[in-house]
Amino acid sequence: MLPLRFFCAPLAACANLPSRETMGQNLFEKVWDAHAVRSLSNGQTQLLIGTHLIHEVTSPQAFGMLRDLGSKVKYPSRTFATVDHIVPTDQRVEPFSDPLADAMIRELRRNADEFGITYFDLATGKQGIVHVVGPEQGITQPGTTIACGDSHTATHGAFGAIAFGIGTTQVRDVLATQTMALGKLKVRRINVEGNLSAGVYAKDVILHIIAKLGAKGGIGYAYEYGGSLLESFSMEERMTICNMSIEGGARCGYVNPDEKTFEYLKGRPYSPEGVEWEKAVERWQSMASDEDCRYDDVVDIRAEDIAPTVTWGVSPDQAFSINGHLPDPEKATSEAERLSIDESLAYMKLAAGSAIKGTKVDVAFLGSCTNGRLSDFREVARFLKGHKVANGVKAIAVPGSQIVDTLARNEGLHEVFTEAGFEWRGAGCSMCLAMNPDKLVGDQLCASSSNRNFKGRQGSPTGRTVLMSPVMVAAAAVSGVISDAREVFELEGALT
Amino acid sequence: MALEKITQVKGTAVYVPGNDIDTDRIIPARFMKCVTFDGLGEYLFYDVRKDEEGNDKDHPLNDERFQSASILITNANFGCGSSREHAPQALYRYGFRAVIAESFADIFFGNCTTLGMPCVVAGADEVRALAAAVEQDPAAEVIIDVAGSRVLCSGMDFSVEIVPAAYEALISGQWDPIAELQEGDAAVAERISALGYLPG
Repeated sequence: MLPLRFFCAPLAACANLPSRETMGQNLFEKVWDAHAVRSLSNGQTQLLIGTHLIHEVTSPQAFGMLRDLGSKVKYPSRTFATVDHIVPTDQRVEPFSDPLADAMIRELRRNADEFGITYFDLATGKQGIVHVVGPEQGITQPGTTIACGDSHTATHGAFGAIAFGIGTTQVRDVLATQTMALGKLKVRRINVEGNLSAGVYAKDVILHIIAKLGAKGGIGYAYEYGGSLLESFSMEERMTICNMSIEGGARCGYVNPDEKTFEYLKGRPYSPEGVEWEKAVERWQSMASDEDCRYDDVVDIRAEDIAPTVTWGVSPDQAFSINGHLPDPEKATSEAERLSIDESLAYMKLAAGSAIKGTKVDVAFLGSCTNGRLSDFREVARFLKGHKVANGVKAIAVPGSQIVDTLARNEGLHEVFTEAGFEWRGAGCSMCLAMNPDKLVGDQLCASSSNRNFKGRQGSPTGRTVLMSPVMVAAAAVSGVISDAREVFELEGALT
Repeated sequence: MALEKITQVKGTAVYVPGNDIDTDRIIPARFMKCVTFDGLGEYLFYDVRKDEEGNDKDHPLNDERFQSASILITNANFGCGSSREHAPQALYRYGFRAVIAESFADIFFGNCTTLGMPCVVAGADEVRALAAAVEQDPAAEVIIDVAGSRVLCSGMDFSVEIVPAAYEALISGQWDPIAELQEGDAAVAERISALGYLPG
């Protein structure tokens, strides 16, 4: 293990900063410096993007712009494509019933083919959500820059990569030049120390962080997550944390690479091999934040303070403990806060002051780039055995990739889910954003392991989303109401 | 590529109140099933503008007094959520040419700048006063003096913040960076070989 003790002080607190030469750097600074090509006329940096990931929603217009420019993809071997947002999770045979979705998959296939880009299509058995596929293939590597036209690209930061969600014009920039124009971010170190109690998961940790720092708290920052809890986390747990950085306003989030990172990557299809592997590990280790590096801000969080956390409103920072009571707009400290609470409660059809526990659930969704990995399904399966989905609840389990699907089936996990009354589906984004047939209807309320509770996010303009961990989704599914998984599954007894 | 130098945007404005207005609200995901950005303007703010039968709901963009507005006024953390450029594209294609807000989400801000659509930051008090002025006189001309970082309307004149890189890009007509990025091709090749981990 690398020594992961950091001396960190907020910039403002350092009256006499040592000179730049004598001071260590954090990972963000190292990766930035290594990939900075030159300064642009507006003061931004032309930043080299080591790995570019694309999908069907935000790339077709970029390829159109590339054709308008008369350009080619500059380094086609550095772009990887998959299809995720629009793929149906039940009827996966083409042509899809939705002609628009069908046009999108055909367009992606055409672009990948024309420009010589590796494409993990449905028939490869490697298709899945772009943020699940990258790590699983070993494409996501420490110390690199990664860009993707999707705001959850920060997921790849779990490996110590600096990964940016970008718009379509920037997708064009990366295709045409393997670079993009960007201003340097500040870095906030978020230390989470201690141990989680039974029934509390990585998802609760990130929801807690977002609630504490706010949905716009991370604007202008990259988040470096560390501390003893993050060090103890598996790579999949780290991905869950980094995935939701953008919900806290931070464009990237990362964890320093360590032995767990290297162990995860070893032997993956795109990981280096032999002598190259040794060299890569050495380079990756050198990119981790130095002990004497500086941060622009530091936040300390105690793991013991984190309870199973759920959202109650229409912004991901409107989250609290499962035992919380809904806020009262009359007790708001500002007019803006009063309006916001009012609007959220009205949309969610919840009453000020009441408990969220016991709220009726119509749909339970298990999946997404936040929580659609093998460990998520394994953990839920441990508790789901012997339980049945409550009458009137539609419950779906959607693996994040075809490989997750295969591995889960090999372990018989899908049977645990189907026996309990879940539908076990094919890989894709599914009900996280409803660009496919999986959608809420009317004002259905969904207990969801996804990442956004925005109005209309799950496909119905009046649909309601309550974000939570996968085990909490399972608890809601079997009890028919928003519940404390520790009570439903008698978790504390089982784990202590 | 010679682009327009965006030193000033003027027009009438509309106030869409709210903090944390996210990109799903600006353009619901189901309208992103497309391979071009054409026609997206029609679906701007769709679910808050239209009911389930497609009839108009009570929303500032449905108010006939604001039909010609080309400047959007709103509150904090505008454009949070997804990186979808469909959101700024929908605003632009609807007819907006600038946004005045208390703050913007990072990715959305960058996407707007790349389209040559200035996003300027005003204080909460200024936003409130400007919204009131526009409500009182929907025909009032709002001038965003990008070069001078000021907003003028109905006798009001206040300073706004524009991120320095965006400011430079807009006033110099280099808000779409592609030409300058392509000029760096040789330097990019050098960086790739220096890094060593990337197959050229």
